[in-house]
Amino acid sequence: MKKMDTKSVMLVGVGGQGTILASKVLTSGLIAAGYDVKMSEIHGMSQRGGSVSTQVRYGSRVYSPIIGNGQADVLVAFETMEAIRYLPALRPGGKIVVNDYQIATLPILSGEKDYPDGITEELERKASTLVIDAARVAAKNGNPRGMNIVLLGALIESLHIQNVDWATAVRDCVKPAFVESNLHCLDAGMRAAEALA
Amino acid sequence: MSKQLLTGNEAVARGAYEAGVSFASAYPGTPSTEILENVGTYREITAEWAPNEKVAMEAAIGASMGGVRSMAAMKHVGLNVAADPMFTFAYMGVSGGMVFVSADDPGMHSSQNEQDNRNYARFMKLPMLEPSDSQEAKDMFRDAFEISERYDTPVMFRMTTRICHSKSLVELGERKVFDAIPYVKNRMKNDPVPAISRQLRVNMLERDRRLSAFSNDCAYNFAEYNGSKKIGIVANGISYQYAKEVFGDSASYLKLGMTNPLPIDLIREFRSNVETLYVIEELDPFMEEQIKAAGIDCIGKEKIPLVDELNPNIIKQALLGETVEEIHCNPNLIVGRPPTLCAGCPHRGFFYACSKRKDTVMVGDIGCYALGGSEPLNAKDMAICMGAAFSLAHGMDKAFQLSGQGKTIVACMGDSTFFHTGINALEEVVYNDSHVICCILDNRITGMTGHQENPGTGYSLNGEPATIMDIETIVRALGVTRVRTVNPLKLDEMDAALDWAYAQVREGPVVLVTRWPCVLKKLSTEDKREFRTAPALCTVDHTKCIGCKKCLSTGCPALSLDKYERKVTIDRMQCVGCTICAQVCPKQAVRKGARKA
Repeated sequence: MKKMDTKSVMLVGVGGQGTILASKVLTSGLIAAGYDVKMSEIHGMSQRGGSVSTQVRYGSRVYSPIIGNGQADVLVAFETMEAIRYLPALRPGGKIVVNDYQIATLPILSGEKDYPDGITEELERKASTLVIDAARVAAKNGNPRGMNIVLLGALIESLHIQNVDWATAVRDCVKPAFVESNLHCLDAGMRAAEALA
Repeated sequence: MSKQLLTGNEAVARGAYEAGVSFASAYPGTPSTEILENVGTYREITAEWAPNEKVAMEAAIGASMGGVRSMAAMKHVGLNVAADPMFTFAYMGVSGGMVFVSADDPGMHSSQNEQDNRNYARFMKLPMLEPSDSQEAKDMFRDAFEISERYDTPVMFRMTTRICHSKSLVELGERKVFDAIPYVKNRMKNDPVPAISRQLRVNMLERDRRLSAFSNDCAYNFAEYNGSKKIGIVANGISYQYAKEVFGDSASYLKLGMTNPLPIDLIREFRSNVETLYVIEELDPFMEEQIKAAGIDCIGKEKIPLVDELNPNIIKQALLGETVEEIHCNPNLIVGRPPTLCAGCPHRGFFYACSKRKDTVMVGDIGCYALGGSEPLNAKDMAICMGAAFSLAHGMDKAFQLSGQGKTIVACMGDSTFFHTGINALEEVVYNDSHVICCILDNRITGMTGHQENPGTGYSLNGEPATIMDIETIVRALGVTRVRTVNPLKLDEMDAALDWAYAQVREGPVVLVTRWPCVLKKLSTEDKREFRTAPALCTVDHTKCIGCKKCLSTGCPALSLDKYERKVTIDRMQCVGCTICAQVCPKQAVRKGARKA
């Protein structure tokens, strides 16, 4: 493989949204294609409904498993507000893939605060942003729970990763019964990103 | 075999397997928990959850004395609990190789402090290894057993959150099998009475000298010379990766995998080959102070922060003065997303009932129930460490009695925490007679760390049946006569139990056991027999809801208020039908009975 700079991806969302499975498919495909890969996640208290983040880095030789602010090439947010919470992680000039899907937090549920308006507009002002209604795309492709794989598809397209056998990566990571519908979701996510690019 | 993407914890488990380890013990604690969970997947190794870290360490020491390779694993604060046996075992040395993991948590992702446990290795005079990625975690853990046997010493294996929970590629090896070393009685080695320990102490200093020589020679300590040799960097663990990320080939490195004893000769030689020497390490100036004490000039903590974990940006800023450009956004678009007790969590009923009590001090402990202190429940005054709630309460009660402060003290801890060290704290309460209400929140599992079995659950680490230790029986056996077990999800019962406890505590210690399984627990056969969970969920009748927000004061994340309609709605995906909201509703607007989605 030609020597290439390390690329950094940050996947953020809320516990239970499937960011872990998406990063598993991503890393599995990248490894099979011969990249050096590192991945980092935080466990513990964040699992109890808090915000979660996973970092994936790949290239010919990766050192640090984590990045500081201003270093992510692509930020993928599985929940809309999480995109703006983690925006400082994005490299100026980097891309955002954001799910048009809102999960209220406790202060919002209790009526103490409102879910903020205008998040996607603010994101679009700050960086090249792709907004996807992943729930709708997933449902249209016969897998209402495949939102994470739709977003993964969009991420792969935004990164311009080539020569990776994603179908095998999906097969390696999901139960046989869900392979077909997840492949549809992956494809739909890639096409959505292509159409908006 | 192709390379696999493993976490540091998975890699350590693999290293144990390859090293021929036969016995492993641990108490769960982030970021170390998955080590024993993964060790348990190798059938060749007997893997156990111990009631606490001290017991885990002692069991592993016993296994070593019995002639097999053994290990223990714990989070950094767990080593405080396990320090007692290890300080002395360090004098005695091993039969079968013995290695223990200390998983530190710089940045306190999931801990109450960020103590730097490298100091223990120096204090205990033990060799210490620190991996910087998963491949090293596996290889170094495997090799640690050879060091242990060759130098007749336990070995400390120090990891940090970013090593434990980061994944990188690992090439696997095969398992080497060892015959157990036959046991031979040897009091001069294994019975540290003063006369024997005095000699062992002298021997240990001699061993430390030999280990220093080995450290200068060890394959895990090596120099990488690049380019102009203007900048030289000494780094350990994850800091080495961060340094490589920032400096790449523009600096030379002395990469240290064995950091106690430090390879001072090697550092001196490296220093003579570079113009400026930086020491990059997280937390304490552990290496820097020893390097400076050896008369070697270096730059460390005057530039690198002493607190929090590092990352490449922090190093770039500290040593190169370069700041990284960031995108700033409108902060008003961000609302906090704090962790909460789950919908249906049995702790909610307990904390809701306690939050209504006046003139009460609530003493908490370490576990999910730490979240009982958050808004809107706000039912916790303090906590300190595992198993401390009852002993803190005891001392506070004595202080209140001496100074005439008439407050009731309610202390709480979970079932696993009670078995950990809470049981000792309860002995204190009973023996020295303090008038406190001790509550054991028994949710039938070790919750926060992701559902590990414990002495109360009836199953072992591998899911084999085990003796169930009944908490109420234990409490009565300790001599407590005022004991009640209550279902915390029935608020009238919970309130009645608290009323009773507040009256009884004037006479002496009271114990309340709240007993209901964690909502995320996969119920065992025994659980299914004891706890009848109805699969129905709750819905709000909007014609009856007056928008009073009483239900929201329980902090259940399945409830939400429509501010304009002033009606509450329940999320069908999250609700499990615990009915806490129905029980607090003054208008009977919440009904149970809808089929689970």
